[in-house]
Parts: sequence; structure tokens; C-alpha cells
Amino acid sequence: MAHWIEPHPTGIYVRPADAWIDPSLPQERALVTHGHADHARGGHGHVWATRETLAIMGLRYGTASGTAVGYGEEIRLGGVTIRYVPAGHVLGSAQIVLEHADERVVVTGDYKRRSDPTCLPFEPVPCDIFVTEATFGLPVFRHPDTRSEMDRLLTALHANPDRCILVGAYALGKAQRVICELRARGHQAPIYIHGALERMCALYQDFGIDMGELRPATGVAAKEMRGHIVVSPPSALNDRWSRRLPDPITAMASGWMRVRQRARQKNVELPLVISDHADWDELTDTIREVAPNETWITHGREEALLHWCMTHQIRARALALVGREEEDEG
Amino acid sequence: MRQFSQLLDGLVYTRSRNGKLALIAAYMREAPDPDRGWALAALTGNLDLKAVKASAIGEMIRARTDPILYEMSRDYVGDLAETVALLWPKPEEQPAELDDGSLSLSAVIDRLHNVSRAAAPDALAQMMDHLDASGRFALLKLATGGLRVGISARLAKTGFAQAFGLDVDDVEQVWHALAPPYAALFDWAEGRSARPDPEGTPYFRPFMLAHPLESDSVDLTDYAAEWKWDGIRIQIVGTGKETRLYSRAGDDISGSFPEIAQAFTGHAVLDGELLVKGDAQGGEAASFNALQQRLGRKAVSAKMMADYPAFVRLYDLLIEGDEDLRALPWEQRRIRLEAYMTQLSPDRFDLSALIDAPDFETLADIRAGARDAAIEGVMLKRRDSPYVAGRKAALWYKWKRDPLTADCIMMYAQRGHGKRSSFYSDYTFGCWTEDGELLPVGKAYSGFTDEELKWLDRFVRQNTVARFGPVREVEKTLVLEVAFDSIHDSKRHKSALAMRFPRIARIRKDKPAAEADTVEGLKRLVS
Repeated sequence: MAHWIEPHPTGIYVRPADAWIDPSLPQERALVTHGHADHARGGHGHVWATRETLAIMGLRYGTASGTAVGYGEEIRLGGVTIRYVPAGHVLGSAQIVLEHADERVVVTGDYKRRSDPTCLPFEPVPCDIFVTEATFGLPVFRHPDTRSEMDRLLTALHANPDRCILVGAYALGKAQRVICELRARGHQAPIYIHGALERMCALYQDFGIDMGELRPATGVAAKEMRGHIVVSPPSALNDRWSRRLPDPITAMASGWMRVRQRARQKNVELPLVISDHADWDELTDTIREVAPNETWITHGREEALLHWCMTHQIRARALALVGREEEDEG
Repeated sequence: MRQFSQLLDGLVYTRSRNGKLALIAAYMREAPDPDRGWALAALTGNLDLKAVKASAIGEMIRARTDPILYEMSRDYVGDLAETVALLWPKPEEQPAELDDGSLSLSAVIDRLHNVSRAAAPDALAQMMDHLDASGRFALLKLATGGLRVGISARLAKTGFAQAFGLDVDDVEQVWHALAPPYAALFDWAEGRSARPDPEGTPYFRPFMLAHPLESDSVDLTDYAAEWKWDGIRIQIVGTGKETRLYSRAGDDISGSFPEIAQAFTGHAVLDGELLVKGDAQGGEAASFNALQQRLGRKAVSAKMMADYPAFVRLYDLLIEGDEDLRALPWEQRRIRLEAYMTQLSPDRFDLSALIDAPDFETLADIRAGARDAAIEGVMLKRRDSPYVAGRKAALWYKWKRDPLTADCIMMYAQRGHGKRSSFYSDYTFGCWTEDGELLPVGKAYSGFTDEELKWLDRFVRQNTVARFGPVREVEKTLVLEVAFDSIHDSKRHKSALAMRFPRIARIRKDKPAAEADTVEGLKRLVS
């Protein structure tokens, strides 16, 4: 089936279009699903991606020559019809829908099914081959309701007026989503952000996403941040950087926080189970919904999802893609 | 149940001792009766429900989910109760998992107390459906009888004391006169009644502990030397009517060693080392391996007691009859102890002998020559030291013997448990045979720093050559310097060797695998 599309360790090659999807090595023609570094690399000759993803890549890798593809817009490359459809993962994230020789292939990149104030919701597209992620491909991963996690954060904040809450969140996507979710729960106070988040937050704001008042956490007296929320990349949580903060309670927003020992390993005191990836129920529900003839699993806990497909009479295979997901995002 | 499960979560995530104490104190002030009393019993290890066995929980989840997905999940998460808590299918009609507030902690405990073994899994399943993942975790931990949230009974009691402005030693004194859910304790703490009277109950006294010896020598005219035995420190408290055994943390372990508790009928408090008799059962102490068979059991079979007979090697006499000896100099207590020994059964009690050394150099030689399996090192006690709680500078020192080391090669790795559940942190290592093959000689999962663990984990992931379930076989290239206290003949291992307390001393990135040690070389170290 679909001999025109080939999985390789360095990406998925679309032969008639002579283009690679999310290649991990520089390629002449690259179709990119979204801006996370394990999907969008620098150094490609020409990139096709959404306007938002191109902007994110521009911010991270400097200017790249690229063609912006709007959601729903059809383009043709070497006899392949290509459409970008919202994936619900982060700003600009898309599933790439490819049609050729009467077959339809959907490459999801990363996706989730929950609502996210910073991006358009995932649109299921029925297809012959469904290429899915499996970051949280184990049935222990069932993300709770986002609002209840936000409320736990706000409860801890109000119970500790002399401290601050330092939330570790991935710099692209999670940080902005957490801020927007807090605003949606009625938290209007200024939120302090780590320097590494400033440009990405500004980019989100340029795309019309309102995050309320953001203040740099650098160059501010510690006591000013008491009773406030500070957002930083996960790498800064246990870093010397956090010493400037007023007795911070360390929180982390990630799907991995579901497993308590994961939280302990990262010295997290307030684990918030908020993920930009599909949980187990979302993965299996989505496969049922798009009802493919065959499912390809790109990265994550592929063994369990493969087993689930087999026991549900769904043909499936695991692709060993290199360099994907070493747990920092989630 | 939500208040209790949130307390447990908080205790898991909070690192600092003060933070944990504050959480316990807040709970003890705020939770309703009798929930808080039951929680205190659970935290101090005094709630032994054991309504269901771990195997029954495994069966419950296998009946509700795909067994293979369960196995994969368990391998990933590392803890049975947590895996099942996370995996438990939510009832169909429920949009999201939540604790619906219909179960109080005391209702749960009541149900678990009164349910039969046969009916327990169904009762448990019904309760699980009303809880969220944290609640299910707490419930499973309660139902299997092992909370294990990383706090000692002492810390829980300290938190309780802090909640009501009490002195924890006062709480400790009355503690063993009370039973869960401790209504009398809360009445006293909140000023509704007088302090419960502990007299006549065998209550715990805080242990005296030693500092590691850091100076090069001490003057043996001031200090007495005694072997440090490799068992577990215990305190024997007898009232004449009842005897209890306490561990260093103040946990009552009488149930694990009933033969000791029964053999002591005196009215006294003694400090000693609990040991198991060796193969010959001639009174020699066996290695810690043998004692381990007896640890952590709340009940013990006749066969266990026959195969691993326990005895106590006595160090000190704290109280004799109504006379408190703790303020006396060690030398005088020692004389009293030696006299007291004569009334004890030699089957179950012996005296920790002093080491006769004229000077420190001779003592060092004696220590270096000791390879008895049950000797961990040497204790140095100031001859005039009173028996005081905790570690007091310059009174007692422990001087552990130097470890042996060998250069071994990493062969297999497995993910750890607890906070290492994602790291390959358990390593099987081997040495060369005369035929040039590698034979596993031991397993270690400690000794390295956090940074080294990250490096080792990466090494395992990047050098995997085969997988057997959770075990990875690695390229046989990495030399690990392994330190161990002693090495023994063993029938259980292919190499016929067993190391005592092996740990990774150094990662020898510089050393070629061909230059690692041989099995023959290790055999020469057998004590």
C-alpha cells in the first residue's frame, strides 16, 4: 500500500513530490508539521509549512526560504495533492494530508484532542494510512481536565502569598497555553516570564493571542514576585537561575507528571498534568475515528499502541524515527 | 478520602522535612475525627489491614484491561499500586475521573477491616470507581498494608506534635499505651483531657547514635573499642509483663521476631544488634543476607524462625527495673550489663565483646584483619559517656572497615524503582573466566552520583545489543569499579560468588574491558 511514501529513520519521504516530511537532516524540500525542534530543523532548501510555523522557524533558525500554506489550502507537488489541517498541538501545528494514486495518507506530526486557547482544534481526516505519534502511548496516561489542574495551581498560589510558583513549561506552546488557560480561569495578575520565553510569547501575541500582562522575571526584585506566577522552560527549574525567585514552589506542566516518580525525579513539588500530546484515550479514539487501513506509529511508547492496534484488527507498524521526543516537551 | 490522598501526594512531592511536617500538622489540625486518627495510624505503620494481597490486585486489573498493556504499563511505572491506580478504567457514565467525595477515610478503613479475603477484591473495586487516581493510589496502599510514602513513624509523630505544640518525646512516651484511632491522644492534644499515662507500657526511648570516625586516631585510654555488627539496631523494652522490640526509627518490630520478644521476660531496657545465626548455628552471626530473610515481615512462620534463628548481641543497658542508668558513664553501664546478662537465655542473647587492643595501631591491624561476615567495622565509645539521644560529638564513633574493590564489566541493565523508575540504574556486572568469557558476579544499584546515573543511563540506551523484557543487554565495554564489604561462596549464582553490599565506586571510562578482573581473582577475596 502507498508505495509512493517511504518511512526512513531520518523522516518520511514522499517520492513523487521528492520531498521529506519533518526530516531530521537538511533536505532540499521539506514539509514541516510544526515548529518543535524535533520536527522543524534548520538548513533545508525550501520549506512548506503554515504561516505560524514558518514564523517560529524564522525565529529559531533565522530566515528560511519557505512557502506558507494556509489551513485547508491545496497545493500540488509532483503529482501529490497536499493539504495542511489543524493538529491542535501548538500554534501553527498541522497534519499533512497527502493524496496520490487514489490513496490518502495523513501525517499528524504531534497532536492532541483537547481544547487549547492558542491553536485551532484537531480535525480528523479519514484516510488509508494514518501516521500517528505515541508519546503517551500507554494506558496509564490519561490527562485530567485542564481546568482542575489550573485550579490546583491557583489554590497553591493563594495559599502561599509569601512565595512564588515557578511553572516549568516547554518554551514553544506549553508556556503560552498555560498562561492563556490561567487567564481563562480569571487570573488577571501579571505573570513573570523567563528570558528564554520572551520572543516566543511576543510571536504568539503578534498572531493575536492575548496573554494579558507579561513581565520579564529578570531584573526584578524577588519580593515583587511574591504571590505571583513565574513561567520558565523546564531546564531552568533546578538551575541557578531560579535562585533569584522568592522561595519558589516548583511546578511543572507536562503529561509526564501523571507518573509520580517522574515528578519526583525532576524535583517537582506541584505536578500539573497538562499535555500538548494526545493521551491514551485520545490516541485510540482518533485511530478508531479516522479508521485507516493501516496505522504507522512514529515515536513514543509505540509497543503498547502497536499491541492495541493488533488486538483491534488494525494493521499497524512502528517506524523507528531518530531524534524524536526525549521527553522534554510532553 | 480526598484530604488523605492529597496529604499522601504532598508527602511524596515535598522534599524538605519541614515541608512534610507542615503538611502533616495541617492535616492533623483540619481533618475530621476519626479520619485523622486513622491517618496517623497509617502514617506510623500502625494500621495493618492487609485486606488484599498484591497478587489479587494484579488479578483485578487483568480482568479489566488487556494483560499485556498492564504488563507494559507496570514495567514503565515501576509500582504496582500506582500502575493500577492510573490504569483503572473510569466508569462509563463518568466524563472525567474524579473523587466524588462519597468515601471518607474511616468508611474505607471500616469496610476493609470487616471484609473477608474472598469479598475484598469486589469491595475494593466498588470503592475505586468513586475515586480519582490519587485516591485509588491511597486506597490500594491502605488495602495492601504498606503505605511507604517515605516518612518514618517518628516524622509522623513529630508532625502530630507540631500541630498541637507538643514535645514529640512526650507523644512518644504515651504512644504505645494507645491504639488507633487515638481518640485519647487527640483529646489530650486539644486540651479536652489529661495526658494519657504510659506507665506500665513498654514504650520506646530514643537511641544513642555514633558519628563516623574522621580523625586519624583516638586514645584508647579514653575510648573502648567494640565490634560493629552488621544486623539491625534494636531496643528491647520489657515491663516484666510485656516485651516489645523497637527499631531505630521507633517502629515496633516485635511481630517480626516473636522468639526474641518471648525469650525476654525481664523488666529492663536494652540496646543491641539483632542478628541471625549462621549455618552452623553455633552462635556465630550469619551475614546480613540471612537476616534480610526475616526483615519487613509482620508475621513470621515457624519455618522462617527455624531456618533463620534470631538472637540479640547486647551493647548497652539503659534501664534496669525502675532504675534509669542512662546518666551513668558507659563503663559503669557496661559492668551492669555484664551482670545482667547472666539472667538471660544464652540461646537468644549474647554480649558484644570488647576488642582488646593496647593502642590504636594494634586496633587498626585487628580491624584490617577482620573478615567475619557479620562485622561491619569497629565502634569507639568514650568510657565516660552517658547514654544520650541522637548523635553527640566525640562520644561515640563508628569506624567502618574499608571496602574491597574489583574492576568489573557492565553486562545488563534494568530500570530502577521509585524515583529512578525511568533510569537504567540496576546493573549486572561480570568478570572474566579463564576461558575468556564474562560471568556475572553481582548486581549494584547505588554508589553513583545523580550526574553519573544520567551518564550510565545514556550509556545503556546507546549501547543496547539485546532486550529481554525490562532488561537490556549492553556492549561489554564499560568497566565499573565495584566496591563491596565482603564476598562469599554462593550456591545460587553461576559464578558461585555473592558480594555483600556491592556499589559502583567509580566509572572507569579509561580502562579497557580486557583489563577488568577475573573470577579467579575474586575467589581469592572470599572471607
